[in-house]
Amino acid sequence: MVRRDGLPDRARRGGGAVSGGTYLGMPAFPVAAESATRNERLRANLTHATHTIRDKRARAVAELPDWQRLRAAGAAIKDRTLRHLDTYLERLEAAVTAAGGQVHWAADAEAANRIVTELVLATGEREVVKVKSMATQEIELNAALERAGVRAFETDLAELIVQLGDDLPSHILVPAIHRNRREIRDIFAERMGAWGRPAPEGLSDEPADLAEAARLHLRQKFLDAKVGISGANFMVAETGTMVVVESEGNGRMCLTLPETLISVVGIEKVVPTWRDLEVFLQLLPRSSTAERMNPYTSMWTGTTDGDGPSTFHLVLVDNGRTDTLADEVGRQALRCIRCSACLNVCPVYERAGGHAYGSAYPGPIGAILTPQLRGVDSALDASLPYASSLCGACYEVCPVAIDIPEVLVRLRERVVEGGEVTVRGRRVRIRPARGHAAERAAMRAAAWAFDHPGAMVAGQRLAGRMRRFQPRRLPGPGRAWSATRDVPPLPAESFRAWWRRTRGDDGEGD
Amino acid sequence: MNAREVVLGRVRRALADVPAEETPERVAVERTYLDSHQPADAVALLAENLADYRAVVHRASGAALPGLVAELLAGRGAASVVVPAGLPAGWLAAVPPRVRRVADEEAVTARELDAVDSVVTGCAVAIAETGTLVLDGGPDQGRRRITLVPDHHVCVVRVPEQVVDSVPQGLRRLDPGRPLTWISGPSATSDIELNRVEGVHGPRRLDVVLLGSQS
Amino acid sequence: MRVALFVTCVNDTLFPRTGQAVVALLERLGVDVDFPQAQSCCGQPQFNTGYRRATEPLVRRFARAFHGYDYVVTPSGSCAAMVRDNYPRIGARAAAEGRDRGLTSIAASVVPRTLELTEFLVDVVGVTDVGAYYPHAVTYHPTCHGLRMLGLGERPRRLLEAVRGLTLVDLPGAEECCGFGGTFAVKNAAVSAAMGADKARHIMGTGAEAVCTVDNSCQTHIGGTLSRLGSSVRPVHLAEILASTEERRW
Repeated sequence: MVRRDGLPDRARRGGGAVSGGTYLGMPAFPVAAESATRNERLRANLTHATHTIRDKRARAVAELPDWQRLRAAGAAIKDRTLRHLDTYLERLEAAVTAAGGQVHWAADAEAANRIVTELVLATGEREVVKVKSMATQEIELNAALERAGVRAFETDLAELIVQLGDDLPSHILVPAIHRNRREIRDIFAERMGAWGRPAPEGLSDEPADLAEAARLHLRQKFLDAKVGISGANFMVAETGTMVVVESEGNGRMCLTLPETLISVVGIEKVVPTWRDLEVFLQLLPRSSTAERMNPYTSMWTGTTDGDGPSTFHLVLVDNGRTDTLADEVGRQALRCIRCSACLNVCPVYERAGGHAYGSAYPGPIGAILTPQLRGVDSALDASLPYASSLCGACYEVCPVAIDIPEVLVRLRERVVEGGEVTVRGRRVRIRPARGHAAERAAMRAAAWAFDHPGAMVAGQRLAGRMRRFQPRRLPGPGRAWSATRDVPPLPAESFRAWWRRTRGDDGEGD
Repeated sequence: MNAREVVLGRVRRALADVPAEETPERVAVERTYLDSHQPADAVALLAENLADYRAVVHRASGAALPGLVAELLAGRGAASVVVPAGLPAGWLAAVPPRVRRVADEEAVTARELDAVDSVVTGCAVAIAETGTLVLDGGPDQGRRRITLVPDHHVCVVRVPEQVVDSVPQGLRRLDPGRPLTWISGPSATSDIELNRVEGVHGPRRLDVVLLGSQS
Repeated sequence: MRVALFVTCVNDTLFPRTGQAVVALLERLGVDVDFPQAQSCCGQPQFNTGYRRATEPLVRRFARAFHGYDYVVTPSGSCAAMVRDNYPRIGARAAAEGRDRGLTSIAASVVPRTLELTEFLVDVVGVTDVGAYYPHAVTYHPTCHGLRMLGLGERPRRLLEAVRGLTLVDLPGAEECCGFGGTFAVKNAAVSAAMGADKARHIMGTGAEAVCTVDNSCQTHIGGTLSRLGSSVRPVHLAEILASTEERRW
């Protein structure tokens, strides 16, 4: 069933949830965003949440007088890593192996899913507990495990809300940001029973009670779990140390109680040295949860006798990262430490919501990451670089100084002009995206006219004479403007005509 | 070609613009940020920041510590407590014998730990600027899970010697080869409307005792 | 000191009064200003939509038109930011593609000389009180490119605060984008309109008679939204306020 807003029925439930556990077949950004702007509850949830966190972040950052220097160092460390990624990956592999871990390499999502699935099946287990991980969202690991008969339990509170609600994450840090407390209460009350221990009778919508319900629901799963799956925030090449930053303790549960731990991590998460953590452990918590430090950070190096998992697998995932690396401008997107500060300040994200971005990575960072990881073949992916007014608020707060507007414009060029790009490791020449022909002609014509001021002046004169006939609502593509905005009245005379008339300077340039 | 070679080959081709003579060290990283934000009193700042994130902070001298620990366990009605192998014996001296001591041994299951009320540990280092305790699995701290599964954690910090100002100073004191747990307040979540709620899966109550020569 | 006005294509065609205000203001301050007729558009619409190569001739034209001037002054934060931030990038990219033909040095030559009006007034002329009179309650919206790319900082506010008769009213959420964003306004019309409506509501809530910016392109969106919502708050460019005196109301 399709409602009048054009989205399938399931996609409209509650606060703008989307469903089905996949981003496949989602509409282009403007279509999804338009529907989101009309969802009052979604907008209220998002406005409340993003404004709360952005103010807190500003205070947490203001505590450190050397913030800009930390930010510059963070960017520089990431650039050093990216420019020598092969060196650091080899060092990391050697260090992890020496510490008792096993390293696997995956060129794409399918390979990563196959590796993880085989590792899980080899343990004989059919259930795994998961720490929130962007990489496993990106590769849609849960669906792959499900197909192999393995049930993955998400243990982060927000991921649990998303999983129980048959929904998709809409934020990097707070995947259920589109849900308010009443919606969460309803999801817990209705759905927890199907996945394990039901919600307590008479569950209220107080956040503390909801957190308690999650604690009770997941407790048995943690205690019984034999296999844990995680991502990692950082991997230290020098020492082989993995770092997971979290708040709730679900991460510690998954990282220490199971016998087997499988960490699925993008190759760009490596940092060169132990010392480099001193920068990122200051940048990340303040940018992300707006805390001086998040409640729990776990660091482990291979395996430790008698403490924690006896088997540790690290799956290093490419899945479009090397394609991103190949673009000298776009490469900086790989500095991202997934803090989500850019989402929280983005006026477009605030109104469009996370689902409109059609991937695990919503908001400004998603708008530059997704079209690079996946390419710009689909209408959705080709629309993402335009999902921004280029206001620059994202760049300003980014703790690793990713110039998101610069990359957006770079990717717009890829969309409208095509050209050489790297796709799955191969240099190919792509054609301009469809649907931009009229715009391309108009832009080129305008550029031509601007380079021939005689033509521009003629146009201005014509406009001046026609001003009596100026409509209040514009036809054609201009309709998108005048639907909500009045058109300014045309002046009788252009500036240059006035100058010539009053200053007597003749000639029309060259 | 195996996946490793495929990925590394792609990385190298993607970096064709990086000059061959450029070594990683030649990519400049300016570490002009502060090594410490110079707190006037690091121990006081540690206490303040811990409390700000809802840890409960106490101060005790060596003589007063056993009484305080006993009081903290009794305050939670603890009937059992996990004891790391190298915990100084005196720390639990005033805890009555009816409170069951559970040794931190490999054979203890997670389910058994789940039935234990409290845990008492030391720590490896504490970071004042962030209000962070770091555990490194040392003899007075034990396995990672013992400070995770019980709902109540009493952590003793020797002040001032275990307290550093900042994250950079903290990292320098730690051995990356050991399993490390950084703890800044009790477990918390902000997943519901970005309201911070303390107490999800980790211990919901964190008592920190600053153990010094004067209390 | 040879000073040229870069009026911008939007002001030239739609808002000549703004350009006239800049001329009146600068002449009142004793600055001789030229208007090189060869100027047209900085290329921002093309560049920001992805048509980088179509922008290159406009970069060359800009440099040619303003050759020999000590300063190029423009009443547009976003056009100044286009020149300063993006011309060097356009040059560097062309060079990397082996098509430089002097573009890099052309770009470099205009960057340090191109100033947004408030930068020129405060940093070069060295004034904040320009002798203006504007007896109205005004709220100021810092447009994104001026705020974040150019780093105009307190310059516009300091100029406004020195205007006799003017009451400056704080705008809540001032630093949030109005939602214009060039082609964003039509490509993502719904989100743009939602941002514009929120901005307009904040502006109307201040009780100001006018909303002032340093960018008429943003102002077209803000003013068009205000007018569609039936508001009487009028959009006015900062230059027009600064040009106003007791003798000559702008």
